[in-house]
Amino acid sequence: MPLLDVRNLTVEFKTADGQFRAVDGVDVQVDVGDVLAIVGESGSGKSVSMLAVMGLLPWTATVTADAIVFDGLDLTTATAAQRRSIIGRDVSMIFQEPMSSLNPCFTVGFQIREALKTHLSLTRSQRQSRAIELLEQVGLPEPVRRLKAFPHQLSGGMSQRVMIAMAIACKPKLLIADEPTTALDVTIQAQILELLLELQTSTGMALVLITHDMGVVAETAQRVSVQYAGQKVEEQSVGTLFADAHHPYTHALLSALPERANSRRLPSIPGVVPGQFDRPAGCLFSPRCSFADERCETVQPTASASSLGHARCHYPLSKGVPLARAELQS
Amino acid sequence: MLGFILRRLGTFIPTFIGVSIVSFLFIRLLPGDPILLMAGERGMSDARYAELMTQFGFDRPLLVQYWDYLTGILRGDLGLSFKTKLPVWDEFFALFPATLELSLCAIVFAVLIGIPAGIVAAVNRGKWPDQALMSTALVGFSMPIFWWALLLIILFSGMLGWTPVSGRISLMFFFPTDTGFMLIDSFRSGQAGAFASAVEHLILPTIVLGTIPLAVIARQTRSAMLEVLSEDYVRTARAKGLSPFRVNGLHALRNALIPVITVIGLSVGTLMAGAILTETIFSWPGIGKWMVEGISSRDYTAVQGGLLMIAVIVMVVNLIVDVLYGFINPKIRQ
Ligand SMILES: Nc1ncnc2c1ncn2[C@@H]1O[C@H](COP(=O)(O)OP(=O)(O)OP(=O)(O)O)[C@@H](O)[C@H]1O
Ligand SMILES: [Mg+2]
Repeated sequence: MPLLDVRNLTVEFKTADGQFRAVDGVDVQVDVGDVLAIVGESGSGKSVSMLAVMGLLPWTATVTADAIVFDGLDLTTATAAQRRSIIGRDVSMIFQEPMSSLNPCFTVGFQIREALKTHLSLTRSQRQSRAIELLEQVGLPEPVRRLKAFPHQLSGGMSQRVMIAMAIACKPKLLIADEPTTALDVTIQAQILELLLELQTSTGMALVLITHDMGVVAETAQRVSVQYAGQKVEEQSVGTLFADAHHPYTHALLSALPERANSRRLPSIPGVVPGQFDRPAGCLFSPRCSFADERCETVQPTASASSLGHARCHYPLSKGVPLARAELQS
Repeated sequence: MLGFILRRLGTFIPTFIGVSIVSFLFIRLLPGDPILLMAGERGMSDARYAELMTQFGFDRPLLVQYWDYLTGILRGDLGLSFKTKLPVWDEFFALFPATLELSLCAIVFAVLIGIPAGIVAAVNRGKWPDQALMSTALVGFSMPIFWWALLLIILFSGMLGWTPVSGRISLMFFFPTDTGFMLIDSFRSGQAGAFASAVEHLILPTIVLGTIPLAVIARQTRSAMLEVLSEDYVRTARAKGLSPFRVNGLHALRNALIPVITVIGLSVGTLMAGAILTETIFSWPGIGKWMVEGISSRDYTAVQGGLLMIAVIVMVVNLIVDVLYGFINPKIRQ
């Protein structure tokens, strides 16, 4: 049984112009000790789907799912108190903007000890020594002095290390990192990623890494889930995904990896992710897909077999060439 | 932190000088000769007039007079009351505890109800608790003080007979008023029922005086909380699994407090203005009532001294508020 099992997750936001579906029928499975990368362009619902799991969406959001089971507890039916006893202890999350994610009014030490105090029964001095240990673990020098610092006295990289220390304080089984390096300098980015992976291996926790960076995916993850416009369009293990992407969107993303282009960032694919008002009737990627035909524009594709990376496509690719359905069935 | 406080003190001094000039000019710019006013309808001899001019120093150059006035203030000398011929300073401080006690109760009342009301409204934004609280606040804010006081008196004193309508304590009690704070003195007197009587006398004036600050604080807390609730660090607090009480009441509120403390500080000015009306309505023997009497009996030195002291109090409160900012949000210290 997976550690985290999300089935058919849908999130809708109440907006001034009616409901907007930011996440549309997404499935996520994470096993114990797994490293899953979620990739996709901006606005594809990566953050929203993970925030929904954590129960951190604002009140304008409506979350529906067949199941969101974490470690045997179905979070869709759990009480608020049951949820809170798990959130921050067994599953924790770090965010894209470390500087604004720490409370400016409290010291680093207060914020780390608070995480410990909430979930563990430690004495005051045990909390203090654990906090020091945590800062050492995330590679912050002079931990005793750092604990007394206020967030505005820290750089972005240091803030993210503090956020990580806070997130791993109660030895979670799952850490969700939502683009943890996007707001940081390039040199710091690598250090933070290295730290996350090192912590993942040493503690054996599972890691969900949301990222824009295909290079990072290749170096870190075991499995990759590709999201597009709120839908999961493909999921495969890293090796097979890079060798043979089945969804045209994934294929396009991979076409600009370092070997093939000079940027490590997601390549620009012509066109934009459809928004609230220009959602196509058929496949959501069809307006930008070089292989799309009439069927793609009118009929919504469903997920294909796992041998085809669950690709949500009428004509999944094999070695960059679309297979006809007829071929698939034979 | 110390440097921060000293810097704030630096801005305090010019403001104080400005206020002292305004209050100094108050008597000199009023129409009519103050000495003649003091004489009243009986008039006085030229010799007595000259003697009084010298006694009050009105015969000397304006700058010298101002210098004497300023150094007098610093020594605790606000001149003699025209009416009673007693030092204004002493009269002020004899009555000030009554006003301070009432104002403190009113502010505590306003803060204890206003802040939670603002939080509840913000957390339930757009839903019925928000709408109910904010329309009530609007009513409270626009309520004329005297009318509100009369309504409460009619209901609680007239119809229900629960609360007294005037004074600080029932006349049955007599004990030394060492501190000038009736709650403390009555409690220390040990007389049965004295403390309860002091509390009863405080209830209506507190509500009347505290209503407008309460409404202002509730509205300010709500809007400050709304801004803060969508911040990333509030999401972090929730991601830690903290209770909504701790997330809203500690992590969010602490950040929302700066504007709230600002309006609390500003409402001290409102409170002083409100105290004048409230004390008059409830026969509360404080400086508000004293100043109203000073105006009607043309006791200009008393009014002048009172105005200066009130201005200084408002300034000191604002200084304290500034220093509090630094404590609440360490970023501001720099
Ligand atoms: N509170 C909200 N109210 C309304 N719409 C929202 C809200 N939060 C997110 N959205 C919308 O949901 C969609 C998905 O957003 P999400 O933040 O999950 O994207 P993302 O994949 O994480 O993108 P990025 O890579 O930029 O972080 C976006 O179109 C966004 O505008
Ligand atoms: Mg995001």
